[in-house]
Amino acid sequence: MTDHLEKSLQPRQEQLVYARILEKGMFFGLLLVILTYFIYVSGIMKPYVPAYEVTKYWTMNVHDYLHHFGLKDGWSWLSLIAYGDFLNFIGIALLAGVTIICFLAIIPVLWRNDDKLYAVFALVEALVLAVAASGILGAGGH
Amino acid sequence: MTKRGRHFLIVSAVMVSVLFLGQWACAQTSPIDPGGSEYGWWIWPVLLFVVTFVMGVAAVLGGVGGGVLFVPIISGFFPFHLDFVRGAGLLVALAGALAAGPGLLKMNLASLRLAMPVALIASTFSIIGAMIGLALPTKVVQIALGVTILGICALMLTAKKSELPDVPQADWISSALHISGVYQEATTGQIVQWKIHRTWQGLVLFIAIGIMAGMFGLGAGWANVPVLNLLMGAPLKISVATSKFLLSITDTSAAWIYLNNGCVIPLIVVPSLVGIMLGSFVGVRLLKVAKPTMVRWIVIAMLGFAGLKALQKGIFG
Repeated sequence: MTDHLEKSLQPRQEQLVYARILEKGMFFGLLLVILTYFIYVSGIMKPYVPAYEVTKYWTMNVHDYLHHFGLKDGWSWLSLIAYGDFLNFIGIALLAGVTIICFLAIIPVLWRNDDKLYAVFALVEALVLAVAASGILGAGGH
Repeated sequence: MTKRGRHFLIVSAVMVSVLFLGQWACAQTSPIDPGGSEYGWWIWPVLLFVVTFVMGVAAVLGGVGGGVLFVPIISGFFPFHLDFVRGAGLLVALAGALAAGPGLLKMNLASLRLAMPVALIASTFSIIGAMIGLALPTKVVQIALGVTILGICALMLTAKKSELPDVPQADWISSALHISGVYQEATTGQIVQWKIHRTWQGLVLFIAIGIMAGMFGLGAGWANVPVLNLLMGAPLKISVATSKFLLSITDTSAAWIYLNNGCVIPLIVVPSLVGIMLGSFVGVRLLKVAKPTMVRWIVIAMLGFAGLKALQKGIFG
């Protein structure tokens, strides 16, 4: 096998960087999700909404559900992470956010390798995901 | 038993113990509201875990993503509102894609170069899909979900696959973006050099795929693979792997919209996520002994039934 072909079979540098960050973020996120869930359901930390209350109202649409419990949307959960149920959102947010970190991390790699078009793609993708994560895009509600 | 098998058993046992010990401990100390759920609140996460575990096994054996089974089946047969099921469905599909992504990228089966332009379109439109899905009346979404699920059944019954599609010449877009690659087929040792064509047609279709993924909270592997493989001409292995990785991006954007709108209930999400992931691990091991064709028929039947149930819920309430 020629050196060139051998090299072509290997993932590109930015792909490896992306994979390594994704792997770490995914493991850490999953671990957090499981740990915080244990803390929540075992009652180590008091929930904001008791579990039995949740099961009574999860048939409601999200608008009515939030209204019933006096909850706000967006990043307001951050102010409630002292409660067991909202603690779970840390791991969930990490799982949902690791892709943004991956895209930001490969921009310098792509730029250094003179792959400027893909560096711009990575930047735009990170921006799109960041806008989605920011909470500035509201929904119409029901 | 192999070392990997032992590791798998230990990790599974720890995860299941953490889930159930926690719930058991809470059930001992928390009052169960008699006016609430009939069997006590803790029965729901346990039931979800069991159902999603079976779903994870069936998804691997049936060759579909867990997300596509989760939303129609859970919304059809569990009491949760569709808003919360879609939020959980996206996170379930996202977790599966995140778990598979690093390995597929390192093996050079998922192509970041192919995924990035496609993901940019699909993730942008999945945000729009999520916003549309949350703005529309539930009945309308339920009916559209039923129609989509029945469409997926038809696609699964009729769609062909091509191991190595014939791509005589790369088109100008894929040439300009340098979308091509090389991989070694593990079973034969054959070196496969691949390129793609019909790029703009594929990109246009990813607008619709993104909207549907966001609107219904479904993983979109069922649509990604045919477009990448049959239309754009990527080899089947590259298409499947890139599709799985692609979900980690498309579902991320839609998941944030659902998360920011309050559609994530940990009591639904976490047992489902763990159940489907453990089920997938078991499914991969069962793949050696099970008859995938038979299971695929069962999965199609399950999806068909869930699609009809979604239609019935949408039309008759």
